[in-house]
Amino acid sequence: MNPNPQVDSQGRLIHLLTTEGLSAQMIRHILDTASQFVSVNEREVKKVPLLRGKSIFNVFFENSTRTRTTFEIAAKRLSADVINLNIGASSTAKGETLLDTIWNLQAMDADMFVVRHAEAGAPHLIARHVKPGVHVVNAGDGRHAHPTQGLLDMYTIRHYKKDFTRLVVAIVGDVLHSRVARSEIHALKTLGVPEVRVIGPKTLLPVDIERLGVRVFHDLAEGLRDCDVIITLRLQNERMSGPLLPSAGEFHKAYGLTPERLARARPDAIVMHPGPLNRGVEIDSGVADGTHSVIMPQVTFGIAVRMAVMAILAGNA
Amino acid sequence: MNLRIDIRNARVIDPATGRDETVPLFIADGRIAAIGSAPDGFRPDRTIDAKGLVACPGLVDLSARLREPGFEYRATLESEMQAAVAGGVTSLACPPDTDPPLDEPGLVEMLKRRAESLRQARVYPLGALTLGLKGQKIAEMGELAEAGCIGFFQADKPLTDLNVLLQAMRYAATFGHAVWLRPQDSHLAHGGVAHEGEVSTRLGLPAIPEVAETVALHAILELAETTGARVHLARLSTARGVALVAAAKARGLAVTCDVGIHHLHLCDRDAGDFNANMNLVPPLRSPRDRDALRRALADGIIDAVCSDHTPVDDDAKQVPFGEAEPGATGLELLLPLVLEWGAKMKLPLAATLAAVTSRPAAVLGIEAGSLVAGSAADVCLFDPERPWIVSTAALASQGRNSPFLGLELAGRVTTTIVGGRIVYAA
Repeated sequence: MNPNPQVDSQGRLIHLLTTEGLSAQMIRHILDTASQFVSVNEREVKKVPLLRGKSIFNVFFENSTRTRTTFEIAAKRLSADVINLNIGASSTAKGETLLDTIWNLQAMDADMFVVRHAEAGAPHLIARHVKPGVHVVNAGDGRHAHPTQGLLDMYTIRHYKKDFTRLVVAIVGDVLHSRVARSEIHALKTLGVPEVRVIGPKTLLPVDIERLGVRVFHDLAEGLRDCDVIITLRLQNERMSGPLLPSAGEFHKAYGLTPERLARARPDAIVMHPGPLNRGVEIDSGVADGTHSVIMPQVTFGIAVRMAVMAILAGNA
Repeated sequence: MNLRIDIRNARVIDPATGRDETVPLFIADGRIAAIGSAPDGFRPDRTIDAKGLVACPGLVDLSARLREPGFEYRATLESEMQAAVAGGVTSLACPPDTDPPLDEPGLVEMLKRRAESLRQARVYPLGALTLGLKGQKIAEMGELAEAGCIGFFQADKPLTDLNVLLQAMRYAATFGHAVWLRPQDSHLAHGGVAHEGEVSTRLGLPAIPEVAETVALHAILELAETTGARVHLARLSTARGVALVAAAKARGLAVTCDVGIHHLHLCDRDAGDFNANMNLVPPLRSPRDRDALRRALADGIIDAVCSDHTPVDDDAKQVPFGEAEPGATGLELLLPLVLEWGAKMKLPLAATLAAVTSRPAAVLGIEAGSLVAGSAADVCLFDPERPWIVSTAALASQGRNSPFLGLELAGRVTTTIVGGRIVYAA
């Protein structure tokens, strides 16, 4: 078993599957590269020729308009040819296996696969079976990882807070089902954040989460005290009632981020959210649109970070 | 043809009697004719020089899926019976989760006849506890027992209605049939594929908590006490489960239990790279659980270890971890892996081998697992030191998926004898 299947023997990034195991140096390299692309995205002609002639396949086994679009824009701004495939609605429905789909696309000379899948570990499986020189980017696998989202969050935090080693970061809500939260936790710990908190009811926090190096809070007001960064997670509609939660209303009452609760954090705290928002559930509009919110810059930075990841994987950055 | 066989220079180990000495072993008429000195007028048809080898009773496996009927694309009776004898297994119990399930006497008879016609290992089918394994209606236990079933098992299918379980156990107790159950509450397991703990949290895999086993055990043990049914608990996986069974045994309950061979060696951390070969039922649990299982088997709280042989085709494993068909090949790994467990626990070889011979034979209540004059000549000859690498080419089973692929193990079977017939010779 390769302990770190995303890095080659020379330490080069060959796939981006998870933020776990990425060195601080590698993360900083990705963020630094992204900062160069931010300026590209501010130009009138938002295009560089770094991936000209390369074919990038966005292979989405699970629907996602938003993430797929950001990857598509990122690839196009690098001048790559982008092919979008919504596999959930086609090949697998005809009985084709995941690997057959990938091998067929590989035969069409794909250089990179951006993969989203409902099962944890699907991008790992693909990475094990693609030809050398073909790269895999995890665009979200089950509850496991969403590394580009984690990295764009790191970019956003660095942009506003500069130094990771003095921060208190709180992640609030449905950590159990959140691939974003896991990717953030690994990246934050690697970058030296001394205190990462997770806040939520016991039903939405996975068992042994503290083994990932976080502090667990069940009381939102207590958990938010003196925080520099608050990351609210989307409460998925399907989790709003049933055995995990009584109702969206009760969740909001206990864990919704309101202006009053935000006041427990540091005065210059930033509020983040991976989107899409459930206003009035995990976050109030007053907070989502307020002065502490950096939710829109997150989206903007997301393009640059994805450009950086693709360029680095292709060996051009 | 039943040969008269003279096995010379083997280290004969019979865990049932405690024998462990280098003596000749004589086989005639399908039985052990004598050990030590030849019976009067014994003229062997065949002499085996077994210098450097151990001769022990043929292995008894409490769970090997043969995949027939219904899953012939995964494995066939032919391939799996060959795998059994290649692994030194001479008697095996097969679970009823075939397609259709073994809930009709005709199916059981056909399976037994097919297995007997292959003239390899002895097959002891476990009948379905409920019709179609649906957990609603009790299967015809009497008819099935007459057809050759040695117990009644729900396999991995849920039995959520405790009243059905209560009545099934009462009915079985009426006639002295053994009820086999894998303790897992299906509501608490709820779509999980990995042990609930640090690893499932890190990998984001849907998890099965420890309480899924212990809650089920509490219910089963209570019902066993109430009904007086003979209960065999299949595939324990947690330390807490072991403690519950130990307490039940201490208060005199007629329960036995087993553990799968993989669970003695592996834990949830081994699945760290989404290796679908580690997707097993029950899930691989924590290192603490694994250590408790190892100790409990050595202490006798767990009665036996089984291969839990489940041939799975490659296509069903070349998918993401959570979508993979659970299970692994085990018949040919049972002996080397039990030897490794014994070495880890610093057990004498006879005590180690008891876990796959006399102890499982006692659970099944069959005449096997012992080498005494007059007993059936089911013998396994193996080289305890011989290293081999687990590879798809080295396995006779059609199931080539194993968490141990690529690893070197010690202990290789050289000859397997069933009822005095040499059914495997390497």
